[in-house]
Amino acid sequence: MANVVPQMVTAQWLLGGESIYWTGDGWSENFAAGAVYVEKEAADAALEQVQSFVRDRVVVGPYLIEVELDGALPQPTSARERIRAAHNATFAIDHGSWTSRVADQGS
Amino acid sequence: MTVLRNGVPQPNEWVRVADDAPLPETDKVIVSLERWQAERVNLRQRNAAIGVALKSEQSPLLIQDDLDRLSLVALEFPKFTDGRAFSHARVLRDRLGFTGEIRGFGQVLRDQYLFMLRCGFDTVEPAAGKRVEGYAEALKEFSVFYQPTNDDRATALQLRHRKEAVAA
Amino acid sequence: MYRYDQFDATFVRERTAQFKGQVARRLAGELTEEEFRPLRLKNGLYLQLHAYMLRVAIPYGELSSKQMRKLAFIARRYDKGYGHFTTRQNIQYNWPRLDDVPAILEHLAEVEMHAIQTSGNCIRNVTSDHFAGVAADEIEDPRVWAEVIRQWSTLHPEFSYLPRKFKIAIIAADKDRAAMRTHDIGLKIVRNAKGELGFAFYTGGGQGRTPIIGPLVKSFVAAEDLLSYLDATLRVYNMHGRRDNIYKARIKILVQALGAEEFGRQVEEEWLRIKDSVLKLPAEEVARIRQYFAPPALEKLPARNEGFEAKKAADPDFARWVQANTDDHKVDGYRIVTISLKPVGGAPGDASADQMDLLADLADAYSLGQIRVTHRQNLVLPYVRQQDLFDLWAKLGSAKLAEANVELVTDIIACPGLDYCNLANARSIPVAQRISRRFSDPKRLAEIGELRLNISGCINACGHHHVGHIGILGVDKKGEEFYQVTLGGSSAEDISLGKILGPAFSLDQITDAIETVVDTYLDLREGPQERFIDTYRRLGIEPFKEKVYDSLKERRSAAE
Repeated sequence: MANVVPQMVTAQWLLGGESIYWTGDGWSENFAAGAVYVEKEAADAALEQVQSFVRDRVVVGPYLIEVELDGALPQPTSARERIRAAHNATFAIDHGSWTSRVADQGS
Repeated sequence: MTVLRNGVPQPNEWVRVADDAPLPETDKVIVSLERWQAERVNLRQRNAAIGVALKSEQSPLLIQDDLDRLSLVALEFPKFTDGRAFSHARVLRDRLGFTGEIRGFGQVLRDQYLFMLRCGFDTVEPAAGKRVEGYAEALKEFSVFYQPTNDDRATALQLRHRKEAVAA
Repeated sequence: MYRYDQFDATFVRERTAQFKGQVARRLAGELTEEEFRPLRLKNGLYLQLHAYMLRVAIPYGELSSKQMRKLAFIARRYDKGYGHFTTRQNIQYNWPRLDDVPAILEHLAEVEMHAIQTSGNCIRNVTSDHFAGVAADEIEDPRVWAEVIRQWSTLHPEFSYLPRKFKIAIIAADKDRAAMRTHDIGLKIVRNAKGELGFAFYTGGGQGRTPIIGPLVKSFVAAEDLLSYLDATLRVYNMHGRRDNIYKARIKILVQALGAEEFGRQVEEEWLRIKDSVLKLPAEEVARIRQYFAPPALEKLPARNEGFEAKKAADPDFARWVQANTDDHKVDGYRIVTISLKPVGGAPGDASADQMDLLADLADAYSLGQIRVTHRQNLVLPYVRQQDLFDLWAKLGSAKLAEANVELVTDIIACPGLDYCNLANARSIPVAQRISRRFSDPKRLAEIGELRLNISGCINACGHHHVGHIGILGVDKKGEEFYQVTLGGSSAEDISLGKILGPAFSLDQITDAIETVVDTYLDLREGPQERFIDTYRRLGIEPFKEKVYDSLKERRSAAE
């Protein structure tokens, strides 16, 4: 097989904007749960399949990303996708003793 | 098909005629700029009302010598993010003194409708697939305006100083 | 500062309701994402890497303590407890949910705030000199005119769907503290030979992938003609600016293509037709706005305060902070305080909700409840008595807000970069953190002196890298982050664009490279009075280039 590039489908929740990964039958915020498509045709078909979630206003902006399969778990190949998959900035958010509080959930 | 005037749906009295189609004798017709330029001498002598449709890259200055003969100028929004027609409407009204109908067509969303009226549009053809009632709702969204244009809506500045004059 | 009257208040409530309706239509399926995107951007709402991002407008950077407390409240309630002050004098929140944004806007409207035109292809929030009203060198208070422009530009019916974004900055002193000539329109308030007030128009400046220093297009526009000349400029741009290529759509490209002279002629032609129209600015409206910016009645104080002088003499840390972070005030006995949001190892421009609340309290106690945001991502307390400076400094210190580094090498401008931004190619904040740790010794910092270091995570140049004395640009090489260095830029009155030093550096090399640049400057300067930028201008890029790449080679061979 020539030029096999393993891929995943990623998107963002419409309401919260979090990055999500297509598992084959649903969405997960956990990168490792994403379905890996080794063949281009399968990846394209998955991207086509998830368009219904766009139409139903569940997700926005689905696209394909390249992944590496060298280790135990799949990994994103680009710095951008590694940061997205971590769901946070790469540095500790530190305001000293003036800590950032997690949002108060009360109304 | 209907058009909107001040948010109210009305029957469309105008017929858009393709460049290669024959012109109906009596209908009010809208032709492209290209056809207007090609058949200008004949079209100017036509008895029934005539209008010209401009694409967003076509300046109204191209028809400035014909505005006396035109009853309508239609300005296209090929995408709703292409805002040239707002300036073209103002040029038609403020600079060229056009008093006929200015019509918007293409991808015109309700979110732009009030801006269009403020710039001098009279009628719009609502975008395909959009709720027609939404356009009338959009006209009620604002009661305060900062920019003086040549519509009859008073600006915040005028109201402020009118108020002060009354108070004084 | 300006306060809303009934018309302004009604307007913002109506805009808030309109956006709430737009969100509802998106969620109900009446708007596609393609249609919604420009609408949400016009209200400052982006979809970024991890979440939505909401940019809240702080017109010309002026905030009251009450508004600052509301910003803290929003950070806690709807975000992760912090916010990021930007180079456009705004604040942005990194983590709001789409369905929370209407409620956030309602909270903001309660304190005369909003997110109108903080993004999108429209006239953006107008910026100005953060020392406006208190700077000794200004000939007029630019805030008066910034407010006139704010109102004129807000939901402009003709100019809300421009080819591209449009940024206006206004200053009123020879010293440029607002990067005026990097804007689509830079305005400088001037007086003509008759002593009348007017505006010099520098039109067609900008950063991004094609940095251009705005050329002078008209040297004097009378005050009453400000809006008609703005209208004429925007009309020429709206009709003729390119819409076929997003990278060529800014007004700077049009001005370059036509030449400043021909562009000015086209504007003039349009302007002469409209200058005596309804756009003529009535003197009574200017007078009404001016009242809000009248100088406050300040206590009469001696120019020299002995207690303050004694504290400075006794405490070198305090003295260093006074030296770096305070400026002369136009009123005797007062100083302008700049609060650095660049602690060593921190994220430039970030403030936690607790810090925001403390800053609001300190503004009430020491600065008439007023705060400014600077385009270098710091905050300003504009009215501090000399005798209060020591207490203020101590309280700031307890909240990690007393870093004495304003205009020094660790006072870094940095965009959010790839840690947050969808457009970025590389991270900016971690680079800023590494560099600020490297130069954390206060004595060394003071010895290096004025040095502006700016970092952008991509070619859009939100971190102003082209006009940093040292600029760093993040680039992507096959999915990995690299950093290109430029030297010799300036955004001040001596404006210039930086020149590329050479091949880009990896994240692990960039801090060493910057340190070599700084050490080379220290070796070559003619004395401590010669700033980095002056040494660079005297000697050019070559000596820096040689040292940096030689030392890179040495490190490489040492590693092997």
